[in-house]
Order: sequence, then C-alpha cells, then structure tokens
Amino acid sequence: MANDVWVYIEHKDGDITPMSFELLGIGKQLADGFGSSVCAFVIGDKVDDLAKEAGAFGATKVYAVEGDVFKGFRGEAYAKAAAFLLEKYKPEIALFRATSMGTDVAAAAAAQLGFGLCTDAIGLAVDGGKVKMTRAAFGGNYSVSVVNEKAAPQIATVRPKAFAMGEKDASKSAEVVKESFALADADLATKVVEFIKSATAVNLVEADIIVSGGRGLGTDAGFAMLKELADLLGGAVGASRAAVDSEWIPYEHQVGQTGKTVKPKIYIACGISGAIQHLAGMRTSDCIVAINKDPDAPIFKAASFGIVGDYKEIVPKIIEKFKGKLNK
Amino acid sequence: MKIAVCLKQVPDTEAEIKWDIPKGTLSRDGMDSITNPFDEFALEEALLTKENYDGEIVAISMGPEGAADVLRNALALTVDEVALCTDDAFAGSDTYSTAYVLAAAIKKAGDVDVVFTGKQSTDGNSGVVAAELAAVLGFAPLTYVSKVRSIDAAGKKIVVERAIEGGTEVIEAKLPAVVSVIKGINEPRLPNLMGIRKASKIEIPKWSAGDLGVDAGKVGAAGASTKVVEIAVPPPRGAGEILKGEIEEIANTITDKLIDLKVIK
Ligand SMILES: Cc1cc2nc3c(=O)[nH]c(=O)nc-3n(C[C@H](O)[C@H](O)[C@H](O)COP(=O)(O)OP(=O)(O)OC[C@H]3O[C@@H](n4cnc5c(N)ncnc54)[C@H](O)[C@@H]3O)c2cc1C
Ligand SMILES: Cc1cc2nc3c(=O)[nH]c(=O)nc-3n(C[C@H](O)[C@H](O)[C@H](O)COP(=O)(O)OP(=O)(O)OC[C@H]3O[C@@H](n4cnc5c(N)ncnc54)[C@H](O)[C@@H]3O)c2cc1C
Repeated sequence: MANDVWVYIEHKDGDITPMSFELLGIGKQLADGFGSSVCAFVIGDKVDDLAKEAGAFGATKVYAVEGDVFKGFRGEAYAKAAAFLLEKYKPEIALFRATSMGTDVAAAAAAQLGFGLCTDAIGLAVDGGKVKMTRAAFGGNYSVSVVNEKAAPQIATVRPKAFAMGEKDASKSAEVVKESFALADADLATKVVEFIKSATAVNLVEADIIVSGGRGLGTDAGFAMLKELADLLGGAVGASRAAVDSEWIPYEHQVGQTGKTVKPKIYIACGISGAIQHLAGMRTSDCIVAINKDPDAPIFKAASFGIVGDYKEIVPKIIEKFKGKLNK
Repeated sequence: MKIAVCLKQVPDTEAEIKWDIPKGTLSRDGMDSITNPFDEFALEEALLTKENYDGEIVAISMGPEGAADVLRNALALTVDEVALCTDDAFAGSDTYSTAYVLAAAIKKAGDVDVVFTGKQSTDGNSGVVAAELAAVLGFAPLTYVSKVRSIDAAGKKIVVERAIEGGTEVIEAKLPAVVSVIKGINEPRLPNLMGIRKASKIEIPKWSAGDLGVDAGKVGAAGASTKVVEIAVPPPRGAGEILKGEIEEIANTITDKLIDLKVIK
C-alpha cells in the first residue's frame, strides 16, 4: 500500500543478527500511526532466510531483489536496487539503520530519487501525515526535529539501539514479493577485493556495554585493565581522543564528535574529563558511570553514577565484585 | 589528474550557536567559524595525491561569502584553484540540494578524476553528502576511506581501504570516484606564513546558481525536501548520583546497580 512503512534489512553475505530486524518494532508503531502495514525489503544473493526471519519479527510483506551481483555487501549495487524498489512501490517511509552500510544505501538511494533524507534519528513519530524525526545536532547540545516534506518516499536512518526490538514470533510469516532487477557487474564502478576482519573486532556501535578510557589512564596498560572489565561484561572498549592521540589504543575505538557515536545501555568512562566533543558521542547512552579523580570533572554532570577516585584502585575492585556476583 | 576537494565551513565547536528559529537554520553571521575538522583530512589527502601522482587540485565550498575563509586556507596550502558556490538561492539547502550544487561545481571545474570529502560535518552531522554526490555525478562511491592504496590515473583505477563495522574492506573502483575520508588517514599539514600571505591577496572566484546552471527550484530552502521544524535544548540528563564511602562499599553498590539493569549476561 502506498502508505506502508518499509524497513530495510541489513545483512552482510546473508549473515544476519537479531539487530538486522531492529527497526521492525518502531516500523510497526509508525505503521499503526498511518493505519498501514510494516513491510521489510531485502537485497542479496539469497534472500529466503532473511525474508522468513523478517516475517517472524513482524513484517507483513517482504519485498526482495535477488541476484548474484549482490553477493557480499556492495553499497553501490544495493543502493540501485533499493532505489528501484522504493520508486516502484512508493511506500510512505523507508527506515534504514544508521550504520555505515545502512547510511550508504539510504543516502545513495535517496539521491537517485532526487531527495534529501533524515539521518541518525533517535525519535520518530507520525505528525500531520508525515514522520517527524528527532536527532541530535551540535554534539547533542541541541535536538532538532526534521520533516521530509517533499520526498516520496521519506527516507530516514535510525541510530542503532534507539528503539526497542520487536518481539520474535516464529509462527508468523510474511508474504514474499520478489522483483527482478537486472544489474550486471559491468554496470558497477566498485568491486570488493577483500574484507580484513579486525583482530580486535570492535563494534562499538552495536555494543550494549562500553568501558572507555581517557588520558587519565596514564598508560596503555590502563586499557588492559579496562579490557578485562569489558570482557567480563561482554562489552567493548572505547576511548577518548586524548587516549587515541597518545597512541594507547587505535582510532577505531574513539568515541565522540570525530569518532563514533554510540548509545549503549551502559557506558563506563574512566579517566575521561567529559569534553563537549566526547559527550557528543555518548551522551544518549542509557546509563553512564563516570570514574574520575577530579570531583569537578564535567563528566559527572552527564553521569548517572559518579565515582570520585583513582581508577587504578576502583576498577580492580569493581572487577573483583563482578567476578563474585556473576560467578565468573 | 584533476582532483577536487569539498570543504565546508562550520561553527567552531566551542562557539555559541545562533539559530534562525523561524527558518530552522543557523544564523552564521558573527559566529567563529572553522574548516570542518574531517575536511582537513580530505584536503591533506588531496595534497598527498597531487604530490604522489601529479595533478591539480580545485577546492570547492558552498556557503555564504564568509566561507571564502576556508578556501583561503586551502590556497595557503597550495591548492591550484578554488571556487565558492554562493548565492542567496542556496540558503537553507538540505543534503541533497548541497550535493546537487557541489556536483554542478565539480562538473564546471571539468574532468575531475577524484573528489575528496570529509566523512561528516560537525554542524549538520549528516554524513551523507559524499554518497549523494557520487550518486548525482554517477561516480564510484567510496565512503569511510581510511587509506588510499593506489591510484592509476591513466588506467582510471583506484584502490582504497574502508573502515567499516568489524573490519577493513578493500575496494577497487573505476575513476572518477568520490572518496570520503575518516580521521587518521593522514596528518594534516599547517600552512606557512608565506602561503598565508600569498593566499590573502588572491581573489576568490564566486559561482552563482546561474553560473552553475542549476535549477533554482532544486536548491536552497525552496528546493530542500527536508525541513528543520523544531529546535530544542534537550532536557539535561537526570542529576546523577555520586557514590560515596569506602572503595569496597562503592564497588559493591555500583556492581549491584549495574546488575539490576539486567543488561549484563
Ligand atoms: C574538533 C575537535 C574534535 C574532537 N573530537 C573528539 C572526539 O571525537 N572524542 C573525544 O574524546 N575528544 C574529542 N576532542 C577532544 C576533546 O576536546 C578533549 O580534548 C578530549 O576528549 C579529552 O580527553 P580526556 O577526557 O581523555 O582527557 P582530559 O581532558 O585530559 O581528561 C583526563 C581526565 O582524567 C582524570 N584522571 C587523571 N588521572 C586519573 C586517575 N588516575 N583516575 C581517574 N581519573 C583520572 C582527570 O581528572 C581528567 O578529568 C575533539 C576536539 C576538537 C577540537
Ligand atoms: C541542525 C541541522 C539539521 C539538519 N538536518 C538535516 C536533515 O535531516 N536532512 C538533510 O537533508 N539536511 C539536513 N540539514 C541540512 C544539511 O546539514 C546541510 O544541507 C548541509 O549543507 C549538508 O549536510 P551536512 O553538513 O550534514 O553534510 P555531511 O554529509 O555531514 O558532509 C560530508 C562532507 O560533504 C562535504 N560538504 C558538505 N556540505 C558542504 C558544503 N556546503 N560545501 C562544501 N562541502 C560540503 C564536506 O566535505 C563534508 O565533510 C540540517 C542542518 C542543520 C544545521
């Protein structure tokens, strides 16, 4: 239907995680607001498993484009297929995750259709027949609401973890509509040569728990301690720019305005002062714990729980307590 | 080889932001402005490309007249040409109309092989103009690039590394291409005094909507499909709790509180 809400199912080489279906929950809420249905759309070399899973997560229909040219993730090819589907069916809105893959497909598809898009939404609501999207601007010091007035369809990317996942119900299934879209290798300008998995495989954006360190750690050895805590909790290690600039930890761990924007359920900041550019990347975290020896450090203003003191004494104690309580 | 680099002027992160609330835009007058931090890496990559592979650089910015400052800075670092896309009709552009104007400027600059941009601006924060620009121009889209491995201008080929979730992707692409760069790809150099002095005397060419031949209905507030309808200061985070007492006791309390959140498995 013309006012359906579409959710793009992100995957890489058919590899799916529950997060691929993250947006079907909020998609359903918006569809209720429009009195329409939530549908999924997938692009890949084999889409059947994805389509089935999307149905279980609440999609009523799944639109799919399948073909060998979509093996692996190729932003350029995926965007062309996405633009084709959106142009053909003109849903009310299409939601993508604000990851590198989701953003590339969303932006290129929107541009092919000749419209702007809303990026990195942390709030979405139906308002006056359109979707009002709320996002952070200027390092989270402001929140702005954006409406995509002219675009058909409206396109938005949504910050991972901003909305609760929908429930999975394996008894539900979706009708699958496969569209053929001819695209040849020769039509594409890019080719993936290889993918080098990161040895540390940090995926800060997806992490539920992040333990971050700053200049206050004093040495790279401090990060070994934070890693121990992060591993214990099943989390990832983050860092301030000062720690990255000191070469204690690679840039891919940096959180903040010129690093990653994250929204974990728990963010533990150790030896981080809380500069505006750092806060820009983590202030929407659900629970922030700050450990800093300076009681006046600005990070305490953003913290849910503050601990004033030396991390070298506090973190090992916390590790010890967790080990006891979690039986690890 | 012809290299283009897109530089955006943004308010200094430390500066107080002034809004034009009815229009949902920034009022940029009188604000301290800087070159978008990511664009400094884009500019440095353009300079390195020129040095390694030969070529000339054109630096392009869209913005009010004051945005000439970022181009002057680029001139001080010896880019060959600059162009400021400025026109009242451009005010209030969204990401697509920005990409559309920048694309027109790149076409006007002529036979560009590679366009460098930053990953994201620190004001609009969208991180999409590079992908849009590639789509509008029909160039190869290469986003989040952490390293340019090689460029073969004659063979029209480029190989880059992209830093994406979980690792590094190596991509080979046909030129022309749009390359958006992340921090850490290089160490941006600073201009020297002589460069600055020389640059201060150069007249910055200005390109209007008419010069670029763009459709006025597609740019600025009139052309933008997205509109900022509300600007608010988010409510401060609930006043936090400072845990007091002996370390033993604090560690006990905080671990209990975190376990209570039912996030830790
Ligand atoms: C354009 C621009 C972009 C930027 N982007 C980013 C970004 O993306 N991310 C980012 O993080 N920063 C960014 N910055 C830098 C930012 O302004 C700060 O300089 C940086 O965040 C400071 O890092 P820090 O908190 O680790 O260090 P500091 O500010 O030096 O703070 C160290 C803290 O550690 C505490 N401390 C010291 N010893 C101990 C101890 N033993 N135990 C406990 N606490 C201790 C101190 O009290 C202090 O509060 C950017 C800056 C600019 C201008
Ligand atoms: C608070 C706020 C919210 C906004 N929300 C939206 C929105 O939801 N959707 C939307 O479509 N627009 C939005 N806009 C408008 C958008 O920010 C502007 O159109 C802007 O010109 C381009 O977007 P960006 O700065 O976010 O670019 P990004 O995509 O973050 O920029 C990436 C790169 O593109 C290049 N670039 C971008 N702009 C220019 C320029 N003017 N000159 C030269 N190079 C440039 C730079 O190399 C830059 O590093 C918003 C603006 C503001 C101030």
